Amino acid sequence: MQIAVKAVGHELGGVLTSSTPPAVSSGRASKASRWNVGDMVFKNLTLLFALIVFSLVFLMGYEMYKGSELSIQKFGLSFLTGTTWDPVRDEYGALPFVFGTIVSSMLALIVAVPLSVGVAVFLSELAPGWVERPLSYLVELLAAIPSIVYGLWGVFVLVPWIRTTVEPFLSKSAGFLPIFKGAPYGFGMLAAGLILAIMILPIITSISRDVLKAIPNLQREAALALGATTWEKTKVVLASARSGILGATLLGLGRAVGETMAVTMVIGNRPEISFSVFDPGHSMASVIANEFTEATSDMYVSALIEIALVLFVVTIILNALARLVVWSVTRTYKAG
Amino acid sequence: MATTFSLVCVLLAVAPLFLIFFYTLFQGISAINLDFFLQMPKPVGETGGGMANALAGTGILIGLGALFGLPIGIMSGIYLAEYGNNPFASTVRFLSDVLSGVPSIVVGVVAYIIVVLPMKHFSALAGGVALGILMIPTVTRTTEEMIRLVPHYYREAGLALGIPQWKTTLRIILPTALKGITTGILLALARAAGETAPLLFTALGNRFWSTSIGQPIASLTVFIFDYAKAPFEDWNRQAWAAALVLIALIFLLNLIFRVVTRGRYTER
Amino acid sequence: MKPLITQHVKHEPINSFSAVDKLDVKITAQNVNAYFGKTRALKDVSLAFPSRRVVAIIGPSGCGKSTFLRCVNRMHEVAGGTMTGDIMLDGENIQAYDPVLLRRRVGMVFQKPNPFPTMSIFDNVAAGLRLNGMRDRRVLAETVERSLRRAALWDEVKDSLQKSGTSISGGQQQRLCIARALAVDPEVLLMDEPASALDPISTAKIEELIYQLKENYTIVIVTHNMQQAARVSDRTAFFYLGELIEYDETKKMFTTPEKKQTEEYITGRFG
Repeated sequence: MQIAVKAVGHELGGVLTSSTPPAVSSGRASKASRWNVGDMVFKNLTLLFALIVFSLVFLMGYEMYKGSELSIQKFGLSFLTGTTWDPVRDEYGALPFVFGTIVSSMLALIVAVPLSVGVAVFLSELAPGWVERPLSYLVELLAAIPSIVYGLWGVFVLVPWIRTTVEPFLSKSAGFLPIFKGAPYGFGMLAAGLILAIMILPIITSISRDVLKAIPNLQREAALALGATTWEKTKVVLASARSGILGATLLGLGRAVGETMAVTMVIGNRPEISFSVFDPGHSMASVIANEFTEATSDMYVSALIEIALVLFVVTIILNALARLVVWSVTRTYKAG
Repeated sequence: MATTFSLVCVLLAVAPLFLIFFYTLFQGISAINLDFFLQMPKPVGETGGGMANALAGTGILIGLGALFGLPIGIMSGIYLAEYGNNPFASTVRFLSDVLSGVPSIVVGVVAYIIVVLPMKHFSALAGGVALGILMIPTVTRTTEEMIRLVPHYYREAGLALGIPQWKTTLRIILPTALKGITTGILLALARAAGETAPLLFTALGNRFWSTSIGQPIASLTVFIFDYAKAPFEDWNRQAWAAALVLIALIFLLNLIFRVVTRGRYTER
Repeated sequence: MKPLITQHVKHEPINSFSAVDKLDVKITAQNVNAYFGKTRALKDVSLAFPSRRVVAIIGPSGCGKSTFLRCVNRMHEVAGGTMTGDIMLDGENIQAYDPVLLRRRVGMVFQKPNPFPTMSIFDNVAAGLRLNGMRDRRVLAETVERSLRRAALWDEVKDSLQKSGTSISGGQQQRLCIARALAVDPEVLLMDEPASALDPISTAKIEELIYQLKENYTIVIVTHNMQQAARVSDRTAFFYLGELIEYDETKKMFTTPEKKQTEEYITGRFG
């Protein structure tokens, strides 16, 4: 048996030279050479790719900055405050789009946040496990629907419904309000806000649900022990989850701001500022989608790239803020 | 009272899902037939035709995106999982998350600047680059998570056999995590397949059959966009059909991802 | 024979080498301290392992026996630990040795059987060789058979070598892991509670295996099962709270232990 072992040792000699006792010194000699070469190469190779990811965001910002230099130099800050978007005269003021993005996103939040929190409360506090899991999955499926399909449905289902049902109703019941003035056109800010609301609902819901679940049961038990009803107990938990839900809202806002296809198909694509949600409008994302391929002059393209840059910065800030908030909330409760 | 409110919310929230799905199903199913998948679009005014070039185009675009985005995502994921307990790695994770929040249209603009402008025309390559960038955050995160999920004792066993660390990672840990990583990749591909905005001015679109990466190329999503906007009812129906194909594909891949990763979690 | 342990333990180094002088010493540990961050897991441990014998390390949970084992093949570094003191393999300090090469001479078997899940039985056993560059199929096949025979598993799996490594029973998986460790032709085999996750029959098989293996390998086995230590080992070391309390011939240790702590542990008074 021992002879066989030695024979194998010799055969493997080519590979495992230093593992047989006589080659003791080569173990030490190869310390520097063989030891870490493979490990070092591998580590540095993967590090290289991580560096690519690291620099990607900066690269993007830089390229867009360079691409919009023409427009930045010509218009400066008035780019964001100007209301004239005139490709013929190469005069570009992006306020209508900024306005449109803000209004449609705010509308979306007003509709989506209460709904999302309601669903999140249901999933986290009220629903038994066998209901919660499939239901959560359904909500996540909503997030998987591509924007273009939302847009398609928006054009052929939502907009007609708004035109024939919602807007006349709002006109009749609250038409004295400036936001509900005007003809029921269907396409417009209201449609955009509603479809955005449906689209951001999943993300606000799932994060709010996670935040609620992260709150330790101690709080719930304490409330119940003090004689609270289900609603009062829920209120307690919600109060603790406040900042987490804020974070979820910020993330949803970030998504709404960047949404393109669904918005551009239902918002009417008219660069106007109006205080009625019935009126058509435009958003930063939708103007880029609509006009980029038609942009004839360098200044035109530069202006559109500048809008993209603004979108880029805004969504980064929103996202960073949101993650900071959500992260700090879940951290508080993990420590507890 | 609170219960009724939240129940109402749930109903309102879930209703669109069913509305959209079933509406797409009913509107689109009438236009689905074999021709739809095999034929080319017919000229304006003629009914019928298909989206063969769009299907092929989406396939090529996802392929290009994968070529560009997968190596970067997987290697970065490996770095983060294996050597990722330092501030630089945390920054990479943070930036990857930031990248995932950038609107896809902005990524399209970047792809326009770095590919279309130098090439002086639209191309499938530019579309692929845009999709690739969009895939990177998902693939990175999935790869890192799946590698971290591999039980530590396999690494120990490998190292104890005198296998160098990098080989242990590459030949033992990575194959073990491969199933999970693959489904994460499928998910990223599914999402890329559903993208429209970044393709509008990179790959542009093409009414004809083209598989050249240096030329504009059709895609499923842009097909839906064009045909939805058109004033022809036949075209609108085809848009619904294409939408049906798209969400069927995405839901399927989503389901696979769910099933595989759930199995993984309960295994422990 | 000189007594192994002197009574005044505190400040004098424990000289446990003398009794082992008569045999070949394979591994010696001298004043080994191990740290994980600020926690000191091992305090001034010194002992010697004779060649081709089985040494059992016993002690209550958390006494440092697994840590010590991992210091011998420098696996403690993988968990972020550091070590002071010297461990010598055939007179050579392991700190000055390439850890990768060290681990080919000093193999390890773990508590939980861990055959690589994506590999077949054959590939599992061959892993150590193949992943280090061995490509000759004949050599691999021969080594796999020899290792499986040595691990007393060959007859049970010889017709199903292509089946997944995880498709066999727990006891068989552990013997597979032993075969895998043996395939790289180590001189020392470190076993960390190899049978604690197995049923009694598999445990008995493993113990018998250890008895056969010591013909060719130096074996160190950590176990919390004292009967197992008594059955299987030639010498036993008793650890408590990171310190080596007593180290002696197994028969003597279990019948007339020198230290009170040892006696109390063996008779089940604590631990």
